[in-house]
Amino acid sequence: MLLGFMLFFLMPVYVMVVTGLKEATKVSLSTMWNLPQQLSGGGFVEAWRRLQPNLGNSLMLAIPATILSAIWGSINGYVFAKWRFRGSNLLFGILVFGMFIPYQSILIPLIQFLEQVKLYGTIPGLVVVHVIYGIAITSLIFRNFYAAIPNELMEAARIDGAGIIRTYLDVMLPLSMPGFVVVGIFQFTNIWNDFLFGVTILPNPAAQPVTVALNNLSGSFSVDWNVVMAGAVVAALPTALVYIFLGRFFVRGLLAGSVKG
Amino acid sequence: MQAKLTVNSRLVAGVEKPVRRRHLSGLFPPLILAPAVIASIIFVYAFIAITVWVSLSKWGTLRMDFNLREPFGYTYQQMFSMPRWHADLRNTFIFTILFLFGSIFVGLLLALLLDRKLIGHTILRNVFLFPYALSFIVTGIAWRWIFNPETGVNLLFDGLGINHLITSMGGHPFKPGWTTDPSVLFSINNWLAMIFPGVKNMSVHLGIPIALIPVVVAACWQLTGFSMAMYIAGMSTISHELREAARIDGANEFQIYTTVILPLLGPVTVSTAIILGHVSLKIFDLIFAMTGTGPGFATDVPGIFVFDQTFKATKYNLGAAASVVMLLLVSLVIVPYLWSSLRKS
Repeated sequence: MLLGFMLFFLMPVYVMVVTGLKEATKVSLSTMWNLPQQLSGGGFVEAWRRLQPNLGNSLMLAIPATILSAIWGSINGYVFAKWRFRGSNLLFGILVFGMFIPYQSILIPLIQFLEQVKLYGTIPGLVVVHVIYGIAITSLIFRNFYAAIPNELMEAARIDGAGIIRTYLDVMLPLSMPGFVVVGIFQFTNIWNDFLFGVTILPNPAAQPVTVALNNLSGSFSVDWNVVMAGAVVAALPTALVYIFLGRFFVRGLLAGSVKG
Repeated sequence: MQAKLTVNSRLVAGVEKPVRRRHLSGLFPPLILAPAVIASIIFVYAFIAITVWVSLSKWGTLRMDFNLREPFGYTYQQMFSMPRWHADLRNTFIFTILFLFGSIFVGLLLALLLDRKLIGHTILRNVFLFPYALSFIVTGIAWRWIFNPETGVNLLFDGLGINHLITSMGGHPFKPGWTTDPSVLFSINNWLAMIFPGVKNMSVHLGIPIALIPVVVAACWQLTGFSMAMYIAGMSTISHELREAARIDGANEFQIYTTVILPLLGPVTVSTAIILGHVSLKIFDLIFAMTGTGPGFATDVPGIFVFDQTFKATKYNLGAAASVVMLLLVSLVIVPYLWSSLRKS
């Protein structure tokens, strides 16, 4: 039974890779499941040529947005976990609700706002958007992370006379590496895979992230299926590699309060 | 000391009672949180308020117009009389039910099967979770190709001899049009019309659109791994002693699962259903890439409706109204969940 499930789960991956490796003229409807007769990198070469600039955009987008939202989330999570005050739980709830909303319900004012500050249609604008709407999830994961660190450490720092910021920098930050890895991987995946913000905030094809470019590629009738499938593999590769090599951190991230947006 | 992130099936981990602080520094914690809270108030709550206003406004063209539309809430009234919107609500409902059932049931099954720790269970677990790391766009494109009526799964039916069997018994070969098929299975319109005569005039068939089935399969492929991971984490918190105790009491392996483990997985099921349910209510990318609105709006959902009305038709008030309904549906699921998780901690 497990074997059957495994075949089912791997099947689309097989289809994507095999179709991508076929030559355009060899991609016929009746032989979809067959292995390619002779290997051809043609689909991948063409997909790479078309998607390469957008892969760069996605990197320029996902890396800064991930780093910034992780740092901000770490500070918030620390305060929420270790410096609770009257109403801090309520504030936390108000903040975390933001990660569940359908972003459709804020898009119109968001675009207006970005136009006002001259960031509409730019990659830095989209970085800002991902950082702001990423605070909720990063604060949540870091709060759960810091909650598991014993209070005695805080106490020791306090006796030494350290305040809230010193304690964070001297005690918490050095312990935060696992938290940053989890949040970083998780946010990178989320931002890389985003489509809605990309397609609405970046109308200019040259600036679009790879998910949007891939969707455009698959929607144009002049493009062969082997190129589309190779494109899907190319667009998926960065997050797939992250998952394959750092999978256990990824699992922690998604269990620590994750949502696919 | 090495800090470890604890795996918790609940959204919010419990927080230990913090150490008492001195009065003067009492202002610092709220101050440090202020930027995030202010950003959230502006970019989430104020923006939602603006969207609600837009949905009530006259802004139905490219020219911005914030004046309220008369009569009050007319855009909503208009939307709820659109056959397309009826189809969207039907599709969201059917999609959510089928998708939740599929992904949770299979996720639990996989978790239980992997619980036996057979050879290679880590590899299998990684395979099942792998699709979660991919973009919905990639998933949609791959499955669109697989459910292409001229190839893909239909070819498999031929290859496996299923169609040969059916035709030899005098039947028509089984060759569904999948995402191109506008028909609706198990339509309950006639049945409903016996109770509510008004239903007869409805242009939308209440039932399961065939074109929606491939989308459900694709969504389950992507997110079953998530529910499996939730169940695996949930089961790892069930102590070994508990299983041992049941075994000593004479329970066999099957009974241990049905009487000890499954009942303890109730809270995990609730969390998983809420998180996946809210994903399903918001679903957009997957359907956008895979089928779009579908034949006769057979796979249209509110997420796509909002996108089309706002960015293609520039009917901003109509798009905003639909997004407010989406938000309400999501809140209905999420707010009680957040409330109870936060009160527990």
